[in-house]
Amino acid sequence: MNKRSGWALPYFIFLVLFVVLPLLLIVMYALQDGSGHFTLANLGKFFSDRDSLSTFALSIEVAIENTVLCILIGYPAAYILADKRLNRSAVTVVLFILPMWINALMRTLATAELFTMAGVQLGKGTLLFGMCYDYLPFMIYPIYNQLNKMDKSYAEAAQDLGATPAEVFRKVTLPLSMPGVWSGVMMVFMPTVSTFAISEFLTNNKIKLFGTIIQENINNSMWNYGAALSLVMLVIIAITTVLQREEADES
Amino acid sequence: MKVKTFAARVYIWLLLIVLYAPIVFIAIFSFTEAKSLGNWTGFSVQLYQNLFTGSMQNSSGLLSAVQNTLLIALAASAVATVLGTLAAIGIFNMKGRRRRTLTFLNNIPMINPDIITGVSLFLLFVFLHISQGYLTVILAHITFCTPYVVLNVLPKLSQMNPNVYEAALDLGATPAQALWKVLVPALRPGMISGFILSFTMSLDDFAVTFFTRGTIGLDTLSTYIYADARKGGLTPELKPLMTILFLLVLAVLLFINIRQSKNSDKE
Repeated sequence: MNKRSGWALPYFIFLVLFVVLPLLLIVMYALQDGSGHFTLANLGKFFSDRDSLSTFALSIEVAIENTVLCILIGYPAAYILADKRLNRSAVTVVLFILPMWINALMRTLATAELFTMAGVQLGKGTLLFGMCYDYLPFMIYPIYNQLNKMDKSYAEAAQDLGATPAEVFRKVTLPLSMPGVWSGVMMVFMPTVSTFAISEFLTNNKIKLFGTIIQENINNSMWNYGAALSLVMLVIIAITTVLQREEADES
Repeated sequence: MKVKTFAARVYIWLLLIVLYAPIVFIAIFSFTEAKSLGNWTGFSVQLYQNLFTGSMQNSSGLLSAVQNTLLIALAASAVATVLGTLAAIGIFNMKGRRRRTLTFLNNIPMINPDIITGVSLFLLFVFLHISQGYLTVILAHITFCTPYVVLNVLPKLSQMNPNVYEAALDLGATPAQALWKVLVPALRPGMISGFILSFTMSLDDFAVTFFTRGTIGLDTLSTYIYADARKGGLTPELKPLMTILFLLVLAVLLFINIRQSKNSDKE
């Protein structure tokens, strides 16, 4: 072991203090009542409350729909951007990332305003559109990177061996690009479940997502219940991360 | 082939038009005086004038929010760059379980959605009785920025010759000199991209700031816009401000890209 490995020590201490300890505190607060005694009541409250459960189910549903939408729209875009014959300029790629530099809340407000002007009722449809609009770059970029890194000779070899373009795509390009798709899914799915401001703006407060209830509870000093809701989310993050790892390993 | 190329172009341009519609919308309506976003009351540069002379109703609020946003982003990404670069050097020189543990911990803030990072840090500051304000927001931003610095610097370490640093030491350089004259120049591209990434993520953050800013009335651009929108009615000067910011970023990115493509042409 060489001495320079010690250079990571400050960061290690930082991570324990500002990442590990805070996550443990979520678990601790979730399992305590207001006076610090152990209880399962907070979690029990979530699993028996019809409103929170339906908000939770709706958030998962919206997140799945948004993720699928982002893949369907983003994959072809990433494919075109990564194909040298179809896109020669690196500037086009930059143009897709550029909107992220403009404050997301401001863009969302403008999107909502555009819908209102066009006479579209704010609701689930506009929510999905706006979410997809906000998260699309996060799907395009990892897929684009993966396709760009890919060894082109596999696809060429398949073509030389007589595969049709459709077969090349289905049997070579698509499987090889899956790690990119999976990191895109990670960057879109959980953040969608947990957004709060964006969903409020896009539906004029008509639709609440899970993030909004967490925020409301924390802001109204219901820390223990807020922590319990966060714990539910942490468990889902853990599950999706493990699933994602397995999928990424397989491909 | 022609048809395919044409279809691909149309697809990309359609997407870009949709992506930029809200931004163009803001830019157009920055040239009128109306308060609400979609209301056109004739061409005017009044809002730009207000912005530059500071003569608007809630001027101190918006301007200090912009200032806070920049200061927090600058402080957080500077600390994250130093902390993350040292960490990357450390991790690079580790093996086995220690390396895996640190890499795993480094991944957590990237996987966690903003709201979890925000809530967990909020509970930490409550638990430790730390009063929340600038310092807590900056610490929180360092938490979600540093992992990206580590990820950007690590590849540069594997690209460089591991013996150069030792050679510098053998030739009589102090570790500080070797760090400054050998390691930093080799790692600079990774450090710069880590810094830029940190800076932009800090600028755009809303949820983490929201939970860690406390109740002293500290606002960044994001929390200011959120509060403004909830009150109903955005500060109209936000429109010219966003337009200017957008043009600045566009100019910088185009400049970097043109320079890069010129450099790669030379090679």
